[in-house]
Order: sequence, then structure tokens, then C-alpha cells
Amino acid sequence: MSLLFDRDGELANPWNRIEGDAPLPDGAVIVDLERLGSVDHAPLGVHIPNNTDPALLVGDFGRIALISVGFPGFSDGRGFSIGRQLRALGFAGRLRASGPVIVDQFAYLLECGFDEVEIPDAVAERQPLELWRAALARAEHAYQRGRQGARSSILDARRARNA
Amino acid sequence: MYRYDEFDARFVKARVAEFRDQVERRLTGSLTEDEFKPLRLMNGLYLQLHAYMLRVAIPYGTISSRQMRMLAEIAERWDRGYGHFTTRQNIQFNWPKLRDVPDILDALASVEMHAIQTSGNCIRNTTSDPLAGVAPDEIEDPRVTCEVIRQWSSLHPEFTFLGRKFKIAVSAAEEDRAAVATHDIGLYIVRNDAGEVGYRVLVGGGQGRTPMLARELRAFLPKADLLPYLEAALRIYNLHGRRDNKFKARIKILVHELGIEEYRRQVEAEFARIDRDAIAAPAEEVSRIAAYFAPPDLPVRPAEDAAFERALKTDPAFAAWVAQNTHDHRAQGYRAVTVSLKPVGGVPGDATAEQMRVLADLAERHSASELRVTHEQNIVLPHVALAGLYKVFRGLAGAGLDAPNRGLVTDIIACPGLDYCALATARSIPVAQAISRRFADPRRQAEIGPLSIKISGCINACGHHHVGHIGILGIDKAGVESYQITLGGHAGADASLGERTGPGFAYEEVPGVIERLVERYLELRSSRRETFLQTYRRVGMEPFREALYEPAL
Repeated sequence: MSLLFDRDGELANPWNRIEGDAPLPDGAVIVDLERLGSVDHAPLGVHIPNNTDPALLVGDFGRIALISVGFPGFSDGRGFSIGRQLRALGFAGRLRASGPVIVDQFAYLLECGFDEVEIPDAVAERQPLELWRAALARAEHAYQRGRQGARSSILDARRARNA
Repeated sequence: MYRYDEFDARFVKARVAEFRDQVERRLTGSLTEDEFKPLRLMNGLYLQLHAYMLRVAIPYGTISSRQMRMLAEIAERWDRGYGHFTTRQNIQFNWPKLRDVPDILDALASVEMHAIQTSGNCIRNTTSDPLAGVAPDEIEDPRVTCEVIRQWSSLHPEFTFLGRKFKIAVSAAEEDRAAVATHDIGLYIVRNDAGEVGYRVLVGGGQGRTPMLARELRAFLPKADLLPYLEAALRIYNLHGRRDNKFKARIKILVHELGIEEYRRQVEAEFARIDRDAIAAPAEEVSRIAAYFAPPDLPVRPAEDAAFERALKTDPAFAAWVAQNTHDHRAQGYRAVTVSLKPVGGVPGDATAEQMRVLADLAERHSASELRVTHEQNIVLPHVALAGLYKVFRGLAGAGLDAPNRGLVTDIIACPGLDYCALATARSIPVAQAISRRFADPRRQAEIGPLSIKISGCINACGHHHVGHIGILGIDKAGVESYQITLGGHAGADASLGERTGPGFAYEEVPGVIERLVERYLELRSSRRETFLQTYRRVGMEPFREALYEPAL
């Protein structure tokens, strides 16, 4: 099992992750990347491992409502760049980071374009939702401009100061 | 030099608070040791052989008198009274207690310093020319670019969990004093045919167990495109760099495996679609930073100084030191001084708290309160008037800081080695000390001329042995230290990697081996003006190999 949340708190998970070729139930499903081309379903989501070229999905953006990016370990940061690329390529749907990431990465995930985070229960036990909220509240400023502005940009703050 | 505004100050404070919280979460078990490790590394905290080691950032090697005094205080209060200046222009404290580290970080923050990203798989301290803003052969002060990169790379949301560490160096001078080609990304500030200033971008350099010199990625990059281009280059690395083997995870391996052409194609494609305006530092922000690096307000001086000339004639030790350890300054009547941290028999790069205070005081009185740390593990006082040089020399001499050996055989770079480091396979510091004692005579050093010896205590090459004119690599051979020798490495604009002479030598043999190499060089050189490196490049390995493996009967 897992815990799903975004910057506002815990989320009910309407998405059913279907691994392999198991039959698709009604309702929202997330399928593996290999199966994406052969599935006609709505609402449709796809799970991609973090060695996937995001450009492969561009043709499907119109029919995918959610992309779940796998984070096999918190220290494997490829997913951050995949998030950035998916947004740069124009994906406007929901973006999920899925895996054992840690609270210290919450702001970074949001800034790289992710909307929500799904962590395994084993991580959630040690890092309950309060810690994620606290980490985000503490993350005040960044030197970069992130997508969701989890931290506010120092570049913009300086511009405002000088205006 | 750069000063924090309210945002920089708040950023560093928040980072200290975050680290306090991370330590707390580790202690309550919320973070596992595996999770805590990269977080502490990103705050400069290593676990070494005997204790924790804290590496403090000295951005591009520039430091003020006030900051140097704080380093002295930290050394005394929380360490054993000394610190170790590193080849990446930082400083390490070898004996802090974990519970004291947040307090040390607070003390650093009070003088606008930090330990952010001095370790870990992220973008490290950007290094530069220790003579930045001083050297006559410079296009512009490279530290403006370094500071822009420092800010952009601090807690970058996308690049804080890379496959491996990532090092950037910037040089703006004709002579490369920043070893640019040995970095993951190297930037030369250049002028194009139209007279515009921009960057020549190199990629894929590095030392370690697979040494490679960086290749050219872009011949000319307009200045405004710096951060978007770096972002594209890092993104391609982050996406494709190997995660299966940490010894193959540096960008040099990716560039080597893809080929420079394919890597370039991917970077350029990414760069073409990136939102440059969102990433680039605004022009007014670059000007704001540049204003801090305006030349200091040095009083106008005559080109010559009678008292200085007199001292040169009456004190030969001073004259030797001036000849070897000072550098031309672009302002008339001034020199930049290299303070050697390589006294005969000393630990390369170490300075006591007392010495740090002497340096801080001398800089305050004679060098616009500014100092630099060099990648050769020395200190530079960048703005000393000719009229003040003798006082500076006497002040340094009183603290044992007057070794007249910059660039000579005893100006040795050495990693901490088996005396401190958990990765080391052999001793490094005692080897440096033994060689230094062997060549202690200053006249003999002067006779030998420019010669860089660099020593690493394991294949990770922190002692930069691959780019030493003579490189020494200590390895463990069935439980016994063995030292391999390389020749012909060089870290300047015409960089080269050293070549191995052959089988290694025992610990006790090393000083004698170096002496045989030096003696052979003295026999071979075409004149006193031909340096060790030039001679090696002319005659090749063979005559030196003979000197080592077939000693004359």
C-alpha cells in the first residue's frame, strides 16, 4: 500500500495501477508504458520507469490524464529531469512521483513539475504527512524559478525589491 | 568581493535550520542512515577514518579577513587548532563532533559562509583563478560568472541528486591557473572575432580512476546563455549518466560512451527548446553581482619603491621570496603574493588558527582585507603594494609562512591519505614530507626550477597526481603500500595526463626515486631555462625510465 498526497494534503487515489496484461477495470487506470499503445480507455494514466525518454509520450499527451514517474530510490534523481522535460514538452495533465522519495525532496519535486507524490507505507511510517508539510513550509526561497513556485524565486524577489 | 543581501542571508540560515532538523530526524529514526548520508554530505559532512570531517565552501577561493578569522575561531573552538586548505579552494576541519556541526554552520553563516554542496552528488564549489581580478592577462573577472553559477547551482531542484559529483571551473586569463580541463565542465571566458565576450565550454574532464581531459562542447557561447546552456548540459547528463556503477557515473564516462558529437547534439537540442528567459540570470542581476567585483580602491602608487629596492639588496631571503612567490598585478606599484603552505617537512595545505589570524591581519593591513585559496593549496594576498611587501614578508616569516617555493619541487599537492581518509589505500602526507625534507635546500630547489609533484593516496586521485609533472599514486598491494610514478602530467592550458613509468616502489624508496628523476632531468635539460616538463616532452619517457629501473653501476 501507499500514501498519496499533494501540497495541500492527503489525496484519495482514484487511480488503479494495472501491472502487466491484467484486465482493465472500469474507472481510472494507470498502465505500464509497454501497454500504452494498445489500450483504449479513459481516464488513462501511464507509469514510466526513470530511464524513459519523455519525448516518446508526446503523441499520447492528448489521451493521458496522468503520468506516474518511478523513483526507484530517493538518491536516483533522473525523475527530476523527466518531470522538467515532460512539462517543457507540453504535458499539462497530472504528474506523479512514485517511489521512496524523502521529505527533503518535496519542494524540488513540485518545482520540477510534479503535482503529487506516492510513497510506500514503509516510508510513510517514518515520514508521516506532517513532516512533508513542515518541510514545504520551511522551504522559503530558491535561486531558481520553479514551476509551481514551492519556494519563491530570489531572482524575482530581487527584481521586485529594485523596482 | 561578493556580499550577501537579505535573501542570501536568509537562504543560508534556512539551510542551517534544515540541517539541524535533518540531524534531529536522524536521531529519532525518521531518516535512515542511508537517507541521512547524502543529506549530510550535501552539507559538507563526511565520516572519515577517525572522526567526522567538515568541508567548508570558500566560493572560487575568495575569502575576507573577517571570514578567515572565523575559520581560525572554528579551528580553535571545535577542532584541534588547525584546518586544511584543499585542492578545490575549500577548507576542511578534521575533528568536529556531529552535535557541534549545526553550531559551526551558524558561526559560518554569521560571516556569510556555508558548507552547502561541498560534497555529495551535486554541483560543487565552482573554482577559479586565484589571481582573478589581479592578473594582467585576464579578459574580465571570472568570479562574476562563478557567483552567478554558485547561486544558480545552490539547492537546484533538478540537479541535487545527480549520478555523481559535478565540478565546474572558470578561467578568464591566457594562462590557465584553474586546471579547467580537469573539470566536469570547464569554462574559458574568451572574446570572439566580433569582439564579444562569451564562453568556450569544455566538458567531460576529470581525474579519479579514469582520468580524462575535457573536450570542447561549444567554441563560443554568448554570456546571456550561460545558465540555460548549463541547465541543458546537466539535464542530458542527469537523464543518461550511469547509475549502475558509481565509478562510471561521472559525465566524462557519458561523454566518452556517447561520443562528444552525440552528447553535443543532445545538449543543443535540449538547449533549443529550453525556456531560456526563465532560467537565465537577468542582466540587472549580473550587473548587481559584477559591482561587487569592481577592483578595490587601491591608492595610486609609483611603479618603483626605494625602500623595497633597498630591502631586495640587503635581504637575500626576501629577494628570493619576491622572485618566486609574487606575481605581476595590473595596478602599478602592486604585486600579488603567494603564501606557501608548504614549509619544508610540513603538511601541505595545513594552517594553524594562529597562522590564519596572521594571514587575516596581513590581508587587512596590506591587501584590501582580501585573500584567495589556490588549488595548489596555498594562499594568495592579491593586492600588496611594493612599499608593504617587506612588512608582509617579515610578518609571514614570523609565523613560518615564508617558504620561497611557489611552483618548485617542495610545493607539493597531497591528499589527506591514510592519515585521515576512509578511502585511502596508502599514506600521502608523510610521503610529501619526506620528499620536501630531501629537497629542503632552497638553492637546490631554485636550481631545479618549476616542478610540480602531486600525490594521491588512492586511485580516486584527490591529490591530482594525473596532472603532476611527477605524479605519485599510493596503492595497496597485498597489504603493503606501493607507489606508482607518472611523468608528464600538467594542468595548464596545454594540459596533459601523466604516463606511468612502470612497476611501483616501496614507501621508503619514494624520496630516492624522485631524486633520481630530478638528477636525470638536470643531466638531460638543454639549458637552465628548459623546465622538467619541457624536457620530458622533448625526450620522452625512456631516459627517465632508465634512471628508475636500471640504476647506473
